[in-house]
Amino acid sequence: MTAKLDRVVELDQAVIRFAGDSGDGMQLTGNLFSDSTAFAGNDFATFPDYPAEIRAPQGTVSGVSGFQIHFGKTDIHTSGDLADVLVAMNPASLKANMRWITNEAVIIVDTDSFIEKNLVKAGYESNPLMDNSLSGHVVVQAPITTLTREAVKELHIDNKSAQKSKNMFALGMIFYMFNRTLDRTNKFFETKFAKNPLVVEANKKVLTSGFNFAHTIEAFANTFTIKPASLEKGVYRNVTGNLATAWGLLAGAERSGRKLFLGSYPITPASEILQEISRHKQFSAIAFQAEDEIAGVVSTIGASFAGAVPVTSTSGPGLSLKSEALGLAVIAELPLVVVNVQRGGPSTGLPTKSEQSDLYQALFGRNGEAPLIVMAAQSSSDCFYSAYEAVKLSLEHMTPVILLTDGSLANGSEVFRIPKVASLADINPPIVEANDPDFQPYRRDPVKLNRFWAIPGTEGLRHRIGGLEKEDGSGNVSHDPLNHEKMSALREAKVEKVADYIPELEIEGDEDADLLVVGWGGTHGVMLTALEQLREEGKSIGMAHFKYINPLPKNTAAVFAKYKKILVCEINKGQFVNYLRMRLPEFKYEQYNKIQGLPFMVKELKEKFSEYLSS
Amino acid sequence: MENAIQELKLTKKDFESDQMVKWCPGCGDHAILKSVENVFPELGIPKEKFVVVSGIGCSSRFPYYMNTYGFHSIHGRAAALATGIKLANPELNVWMITGDGDSMAIGGNHFIHLARRNPDINVLLFNNKIYGLTKGQYSPTTPQGSKTKTSPQGTFESPFNPGELVIGARGKFFARVVDTNMKMMSQVFTEAAKHKGASIVEILANCVIFNNKIHGLITGRETKNDNQLFLEAGKPMIFRQERDKGLVLRGTQLEVVTIGENGITEDDILVHDPTNPDPGIQMMLANMKAPDFPVALGVIRSVKSQPLEEAIWASVKHEKEVSPLKSVDDLLHTGNTWEIDNGK
Ligand SMILES: Cc1ncc(C[n+]2csc(CCOP(=O)(O)OP(=O)(O)O)c2C)c(N)n1
Ligand code: SF4
Ligand SMILES: [Mg+2]
Repeated sequence: MTAKLDRVVELDQAVIRFAGDSGDGMQLTGNLFSDSTAFAGNDFATFPDYPAEIRAPQGTVSGVSGFQIHFGKTDIHTSGDLADVLVAMNPASLKANMRWITNEAVIIVDTDSFIEKNLVKAGYESNPLMDNSLSGHVVVQAPITTLTREAVKELHIDNKSAQKSKNMFALGMIFYMFNRTLDRTNKFFETKFAKNPLVVEANKKVLTSGFNFAHTIEAFANTFTIKPASLEKGVYRNVTGNLATAWGLLAGAERSGRKLFLGSYPITPASEILQEISRHKQFSAIAFQAEDEIAGVVSTIGASFAGAVPVTSTSGPGLSLKSEALGLAVIAELPLVVVNVQRGGPSTGLPTKSEQSDLYQALFGRNGEAPLIVMAAQSSSDCFYSAYEAVKLSLEHMTPVILLTDGSLANGSEVFRIPKVASLADINPPIVEANDPDFQPYRRDPVKLNRFWAIPGTEGLRHRIGGLEKEDGSGNVSHDPLNHEKMSALREAKVEKVADYIPELEIEGDEDADLLVVGWGGTHGVMLTALEQLREEGKSIGMAHFKYINPLPKNTAAVFAKYKKILVCEINKGQFVNYLRMRLPEFKYEQYNKIQGLPFMVKELKEKFSEYLSS
Repeated sequence: MENAIQELKLTKKDFESDQMVKWCPGCGDHAILKSVENVFPELGIPKEKFVVVSGIGCSSRFPYYMNTYGFHSIHGRAAALATGIKLANPELNVWMITGDGDSMAIGGNHFIHLARRNPDINVLLFNNKIYGLTKGQYSPTTPQGSKTKTSPQGTFESPFNPGELVIGARGKFFARVVDTNMKMMSQVFTEAAKHKGASIVEILANCVIFNNKIHGLITGRETKNDNQLFLEAGKPMIFRQERDKGLVLRGTQLEVVTIGENGITEDDILVHDPTNPDPGIQMMLANMKAPDFPVALGVIRSVKSQPLEEAIWASVKHEKEVSPLKSVDDLLHTGNTWEIDNGK
């Protein structure tokens, strides 16, 4: 390959955003860059930014598809606030992404697409490449479409097909910019298009042309390298939150020795979980696509009764439909894992955007006194461990669990150190042996307070359960007032008992600071980054970030008591902070909320934390 | 082995639960329960393999009255519950008990999808054409114009006919019985049990309190002879004790004829074929209404088709054979992975 320039600048981290029309293949471009990044040994996290419509009008702002990657030599916890490099394949993608890049960002554009027609479609009144509106940025103007056609000319493929690989030209330029090699991507073409050698050849040629072009025209004042991150020894891969969730569920089923049953109805941004489980019948995992979310959860409750590892996955509106059935699972005291991938609400809300606004629904969204376990995954890769843990807690404690993830975690990806399934905690569901002489449907474990799983088909354990109140022990239908009070208390105590089986809250950052920042679920990465940066700047600050919400970790009050100020940050109007006010009213809580369908930015958090540090 | 054989010599007693049956005296549901208790011991299935599930309604109390595994769920959702059970463990013999409100109103969606998907589940639909448990509101099967608590001027709505709905939803098995004939119920429930796939049996049930004699024309001592046609596979569609009436196809329509009049003999009468995948005639039979026509009873449609769970578990078996993934560890290592061995 061509010799490198001398001016190679070493960076700690960088953020690149690939943007183009939906049809421009930006997701693939981003994924190929991620793959090369992994190979370079960097830590990274990515986030796709899809248009809400499947085929939004071509060339318009609403049709822009983006992919952001944040990579570095240090631990990377987020997909990055603002991009340092933007690849914009058309005017609309430039327009849509100007607010997501730094003031000094390098912008690479396909000048061929900056023609009158496209400028109008994007809503530009004048050509931004001409009118100085990009001043401050380094704008690399490349006639990508023309050069792509040129590159494949001798292969005699039609223009339309040729143009399809123009994203690879842009990728080639970025590879040059970051001193990457092309081998890995070329290999990808060979396997991916094995049946079509012409396509392999075309893509390779275009990729190389992009790389060489950037070199020849000295497109960039400098090129960059980022040293490998010092990650723990092990085998790594890239996972999205939804993939990690599905795999965590499969691992949980494998370790529990029971078969996975997933009853679900497709909904953004949770569908990939259903799709992924559908692919794994070889593990005896059944994915049942029900006629609606109610049937999704109820079929799952049926499967739970029948002894399967019962999971239903959904997003906010679907969780609403499941409410009545969750009550059934609570009173039937059967295992049930509900994965709720939160999105912007209410109603259909912002289906493709992320929010943390289903917490109240998870905690309280049922008729009657209906406590269940609520937990929240803290990162895309933590979705694996959280899903596994949800299976374990649900089976061992015979109770429904709602696991909250969100659209950002679900679609975002990060580097995941692959664990050995055998190294995960054992899962021991309380299954009743055949012909157990002491069997009673509502007999309880004296410590955990769970009832036992008597699975249909087992000899000597025939019994009836259902939604009517049960008599303690016998499980017969009972309308007795005192029994109802007792059963309500038992169901609550059973869930509270789970606190003895979950890890205590760990303080991140300083234990002896004045300010404790608090968050839960998907904000962990961004809050940790803000915390680390402030501490590097010499500030003293602590963080308590929650994965377990009901019950809360046992030491929660002890942690809170160490600090003078508690600031609770959430992507909603304050659901967790109000829950804390209810559960631990002895503390005073400040709150910081954002509800724009967007994640926190490190910068915003640092500003907010600093306000409280100095007040 | 000897044990197993002894175990299978079951009697009615094996299925009676110790719970007090709380339906109103005279309610049609009592006879249905008795018939089911008669049928279960005869099916050659170990008693722990039976699972009886239901939604909500008077009829849906049924599982409490059977000594089997049972699940009394929530209103309308029994079909989904039963499907989950059957898919999770195809070895179980699953029975679903539902009312006309439970399965035609709130659970209508689940009901048609059960018919379409065809899991091997036996559905007993107690059609008393009223909401019993909530004390007498009209249901989706209540005849138009009926005065009920919520239709003081008579209903304005056109009702569902469950058989038409099942066939319309591409169901493979539909039968109809009356709660006044235990022998008929036992015979048809047995056929439903033996049919592989979703077997839906509509039971014309009497709610003595809120809709008494709603099926009176069909079941009444004086009128039943004229208004019941019990269908049997391969036999001509003849009705009345006197065997003097039958059905013929005239043009595209069924017609009641009198045997011996106008030169009509038994040979002219339509022969019942429940196995015909084309539902044309079965649909017409399901739609016959008294008094112009006799009401069709017995197995109206019974078409062979692979049950859902069989197809799914065959696919599981196949995937196990062909998939290179033997464990979740294998799965975690699929696709792009990289090793870091000089790290922390
Ligand atoms: C979600 C919900 N809505 C309403 C009810 C009230 N409800 C209980 S049973 C029933 C109707 C029962 O009618 P049907 O299914 O025909 O059963 P029957 O009592 O006639 O046997 C209704 C409306 C309920 N239990 N749950
Ligand atoms: S109300 Fe009607 S359906 Fe309910 S038990 Fe009484 S008679 Fe039977
Ligand atoms: Mg009814």
